[in-house]
Amino acid sequence: MNVTRGFTGRPRVDDPGLPPGQYDAGDDWPVLSAEVTPELAPADWTFRVDGLVEEPRTWNWEQAHELPASAYEGDIHCVTSWSKFGVRFGGVSLDAFLNMVRPHVAATHAVAYSHTGYTTNLPLADLTGGRAWIAWEYDGQPLAPEHGGPARLLVPHLYFWKSAKWIAGIRLLDHDEPGFWEQNGYHARGNPWEEQRYSGD
Amino acid sequence: MTETFTPPTRFAVPGRIAVSDQAATVWQTATITEIRRETPHAATFRLAVPDWQGHLPGQHLMLRLTAGDGYAAQRHYSLASAPDDSGHIELTLDHVEGGEVSGWFHTVARPGDRLEVRGPLSGFFAWPGDRPALLIGAGSGVVPLMSMVRHHRARGLSVPLRLLVSVRSPEELIYGREYGAETTPVFTRSAPHGVPVGRMAAAHVAPLLADQPPGGWEAYVCGSNAFAEHASRLLVSAGQPVDRIRIERFG
Repeated sequence: MNVTRGFTGRPRVDDPGLPPGQYDAGDDWPVLSAEVTPELAPADWTFRVDGLVEEPRTWNWEQAHELPASAYEGDIHCVTSWSKFGVRFGGVSLDAFLNMVRPHVAATHAVAYSHTGYTTNLPLADLTGGRAWIAWEYDGQPLAPEHGGPARLLVPHLYFWKSAKWIAGIRLLDHDEPGFWEQNGYHARGNPWEEQRYSGD
Repeated sequence: MTETFTPPTRFAVPGRIAVSDQAATVWQTATITEIRRETPHAATFRLAVPDWQGHLPGQHLMLRLTAGDGYAAQRHYSLASAPDDSGHIELTLDHVEGGEVSGWFHTVARPGDRLEVRGPLSGFFAWPGDRPALLIGAGSGVVPLMSMVRHHRARGLSVPLRLLVSVRSPEELIYGREYGAETTPVFTRSAPHGVPVGRMAAAHVAPLLADQPPGGWEAYVCGSNAFAEHASRLLVSAGQPVDRIRIERFG
C-alpha cells in the first residue's frame, strides 16, 4: 500500500453493494460513448440473433415488444469507477430471444454489436439465466438516445461497457473474440467484483 | 472456427494504435515535481514517473490516491504533456466542486507528494501526428487536445492541425498564452474587446470542413457530454463522416 500524504477520501460507509475501486455516483448517470449518438427511431430499430443457432432471427420493435416484459432493478457499475444504485430498466430478458433461436451446444461466447458498429464480447453464460436484457425503458420512461435508446443490451453484473448501446444483434460463436474496447486494452470479461478493468487484471 | 466476426453495421472509429497491456496494468509511483496554476479553477501537475514507457497525444492514465486506512480512489485523467523522454508527464485538473481526488490535488498536494498511476491507456483517442486533425474541446476538454498541439510543435509536423476551444471567459481559458494561429477560441459568456460572445456554431465548423486538407480531417472532440453531443452534431451537419469523429466525454 502506497499511502498518499493528506488524502483521506470522502466520508465512507462500508457498502457491500459497492465493488472495489468504485464510488456511488448518486443521481448522476455519466455518458461515456466514444461515437456520435445515432439518430435511431424505434421504427428503424431491429435486433438479430445469429451465428451458432438453429434458427437465426431478426425482430423489429413491435415483434420484440410482443415478448414477455421483464424488468431489472438493481445496480450498475462503470469501469471509469462510478456505480449507480437502484436503477430500474424495463425490456425483455435476453433468454426470451435466445430460446427462440435455440443456440448450438458448441456456442460458448457471443459478440454483441450496435447499430453504430460498436462491438463487445461476452461469455454466453453471462447472457443467459436471467442475467441479461434488451432494455428500452429507464425509470419508466423511454431510454434516452445518449444512453442507448431506443434499445440497449443490459448485462448489469459486468462493467457497463459490455451493455452495448443501440444494440443491433448478438452473434454466438465457439470462441472468444475481443470487441471494440477489448481490442483497446480492456478486459475480456469485465467482472467489477474482481476489478477486471484492463487486459491482464 | 477462426473466422473473425465483422458486424453488419460499420463502426465508428476503429482504434488507432495497439496498447501495451503491461503498461496498462502495472501501478507506478509518481512524484509531484511542480504545480502551475492555469486558471482560477484549473492547475497543471507535473509528475516524475521514472519508468513511464511513453504515450501518444490523446491517451489517458488511471491515477490512484490511497488513504491511511487503505481506502483508495482512482480516476481517469487525460495526459496534457506531449510525448518526450524526460521521465515526466503533466496532468491539468479542474477543481471539481466536492471532488474527492481533484480536491486533494487543489488543496493538499505539493511538490514531493507521491501517488500512483498506470497507463497510458486506450489507443482510441490517440493521435500519432499522421493525419490532419480537427480538434474541438470545451473547458478542460482541451487538455488531451493540447497534448496534440504540443506534439505537433515539438516535432515540427507539417500535417494540418486546427483547434476550436469553447470556454466561458478569457480568464478560464486553459493554456491561454500557448495558443497560436492554429487555435480559435469561442467565448460563451464574456470575451476580449471586439470578440463576439456566443455558443460554438456551424459558422465555426463549416469553414474548416469546406476547406479540408487532402484526405480530410480526423476529428477529435473532448468535453462534457452536452458539449460533445453539440459539437459532434455540428461536425456531422457540416459533412464530417461519423466514422472519423472520435469523442472523449467527461463522465
